[in-house]
Amino acid sequence: MSDTTKTPTPKGTVPAAAEDPTAAAVAAPAVDPRLLVREEGFKGYITEFKRKVKGGELGSIPVVVGLIVIATVFQLNNDRFLSADNLSNIGYYMAATGMLAIGLVFVLLLGEIDLSVGSVSGLASAVFAVVVTKHGMDAWLALLLTIVTGVAIGALHGWFFARIGVPAFVVTLAGFLGWNGLMLWLLGSSGTINIPSDDGPVSLLGKSSFLLDQDIVGAYLLAGLAVLSLLVGSFMDQRRRRAAGVPFRPTSEIVLRVVALAVVAFAAAVMFNNSAGVPNALVIFLVCLVIIDFVLRRTSFGRKVFAVGGGVEAARRAGINVELVRITVFAIAGGFAALGGMFFAGQTSSATMLAGGGNTLMLAIAAAVIGGTSLFGGRGTVWSALLGMLVIQSISTGLSLLNMEASIQYMITGAVLLGAVVIDSVSRRSQKAAGRA
Amino acid sequence: MIHVSATPVLALRGASKRFGAVQALTDVHLEVHAGEVVALVGDNGAGKSTLVKAIAGVHPIDEGVVEWEGRPVSISKPHDAQELGVATVYQDLALCDNLDVVGNLYLGRELRRRGVLDEVTMEQKARELLSTLSIRIPSVRIPIAGLSGGQRQVVAIARALIGDPKIVILDEPTAALGVEQTAQVLDLVERLRERGLGVILISHNMADVKAVADTVAVLRLGKNNGTFPVKDTSHEEIIAAITGATDNAVTRRAERRTTEAAK
Ligand SMILES: Nc1ncnc2c1ncn2[C@@H]1O[C@H](COP(=O)(O)OP(=O)(O)OP(=O)(O)O)[C@@H](O)[C@H]1O
Ligand SMILES: [Mg+2]
Repeated sequence: MSDTTKTPTPKGTVPAAAEDPTAAAVAAPAVDPRLLVREEGFKGYITEFKRKVKGGELGSIPVVVGLIVIATVFQLNNDRFLSADNLSNIGYYMAATGMLAIGLVFVLLLGEIDLSVGSVSGLASAVFAVVVTKHGMDAWLALLLTIVTGVAIGALHGWFFARIGVPAFVVTLAGFLGWNGLMLWLLGSSGTINIPSDDGPVSLLGKSSFLLDQDIVGAYLLAGLAVLSLLVGSFMDQRRRRAAGVPFRPTSEIVLRVVALAVVAFAAAVMFNNSAGVPNALVIFLVCLVIIDFVLRRTSFGRKVFAVGGGVEAARRAGINVELVRITVFAIAGGFAALGGMFFAGQTSSATMLAGGGNTLMLAIAAAVIGGTSLFGGRGTVWSALLGMLVIQSISTGLSLLNMEASIQYMITGAVLLGAVVIDSVSRRSQKAAGRA
Repeated sequence: MIHVSATPVLALRGASKRFGAVQALTDVHLEVHAGEVVALVGDNGAGKSTLVKAIAGVHPIDEGVVEWEGRPVSISKPHDAQELGVATVYQDLALCDNLDVVGNLYLGRELRRRGVLDEVTMEQKARELLSTLSIRIPSVRIPIAGLSGGQRQVVAIARALIGDPKIVILDEPTAALGVEQTAQVLDLVERLRERGLGVILISHNMADVKAVADTVAVLRLGKNNGTFPVKDTSHEEIIAAITGATDNAVTRRAERRTTEAAK
């Protein structure tokens, strides 16, 4: 399910080309000697890896290195950091902000920013609480209404940006304030509405392991499903590509990727089973990641998002309805913000004044950028929401294990965000130098 | 000249266009036949790009008639032109740097299989197309940003061919290219003609025009200033039509040279 070992779009290789220059010259029709084709085998991976790093295509390397450093440092200071309970905690708490980060990845791919997602998530939980507790609406219907509210708010931002031409950061800054105000007004003087949590979406989001009702098999089934779908999907893709005579991913690489995923997925399953079970919110977060990754890479809508992010004018001339893409993207960000708000409500079984406030927005933006989605548009993957949230949630749970104050947490998270943006900017510059941006 | 059909594929009759106070085109006529390369020449600001954008539906004409294979049609948005079979390669390249070659070739008309992008078929067809046009690109899966100027230009032209157009418009395709790459693009133009496409080629380079065009249409200050068959027309005649008189900066310069040489 998760694809943490590689960027999701590695290039295929030409089977048995370029290994031996003379053989290639005889067999293949006029191969350009400067051709950047990866050689077969592991030597090929290493040379391609070196070339990519030189060219500034760092992908998810910095964040994976960062995660290892973070884990090592905290584990050395407190041996409970890598315990099953603490890691489960990280998994449990990262889903909510992670949902906001998914929406932000879309917006960042356009080269824009949405400052309102935190406020919209808070407003969403308030809307849900009000219609359920004060108007007695069915909880699932209320969930739907909440998501529709988020989508509508996002579409409104998108409309002001795309049709009226107001810069996105100003529109969403207004939204940041305005929707926060609306939330406070909805919550009224008490400032908190408790949501009955015996059943319905809020209790579901708050609990762990709804799959097979607390049975440990659930986690293994999920992990197995993820590994199996990657395995089957990769080989089906390889077969089609081979039949069509286009470069395909060699079996060795597929096996490597599947094994890597299997190790990570089953390790996570064991870990969750040793604690409270798989958090439902995390499962939904991961499912959303898989769906959105598919949408971004395999559908023409996703292609349009990348195209608009890479060149508005080119996209427009290609017949893409740029305004519609922009409005849709902001609507998606609003929808995910509302969903994230429901996740927050699930954590506390209430809608509070503080929901979606504080540094929620900053953390969500930081997650997307730390995970490797560029602020400059057109480059990134939705997996950066997962990787970035892992970093951020690790830092925050690690620091609270060490009993650090919030002040220190903010400063460290700020520094990490700055570091990520610096890496993004520098890699963009070296990509320019290497003629790739 | 290669055999040219009687009815032009595309004809503009009395086309006019104004931008606010600027009358960019006045009563312009233009005909393009299948298998014909029409060079559109004129000084800076003569209205060449405007004419192209009118045909492409970017800036529809205010007055006049566009005929397609003899029938009057209305081109009011880029989609109309694409539907008819007009493909345009703009002066400022219209490629997305972050997408790979396949992504750019099929941008806006991706092939789908059960609702999902059909990357395999797109890649296969892209390779076929590039190889029939003898275009050499390191890999169809590298981002456009990694290509040279000439490679981008040929990708942009190849992109125009994906939709099986009948008319291809090239706005200064060789302006920023080196010798070798210019030759590549001109070869490509000839291959388009061999395929029976009508080509409108905008260029400031008379050598390029003489090398590949069948007909030269001259625009001056937004008006027609003559249409010439290339093989019976001298360099000087075209220049005179572009500059609008026999007495102009270009002829004065030539005269100065000859008188200086005589001294
Ligand atoms: N969008 C526009 N708005 C206002 N005026 C325009 C616009 N586009 C073109 N013009 C004007 O129309 C005239 C013709 O411009 P056009 O770009 O067609 O010239 P051109 O022949 O392509 O020149 P060049 O050789 O420099 O490319 C110019 O005076 C220009 O200022
Ligand atoms: Mg021009």
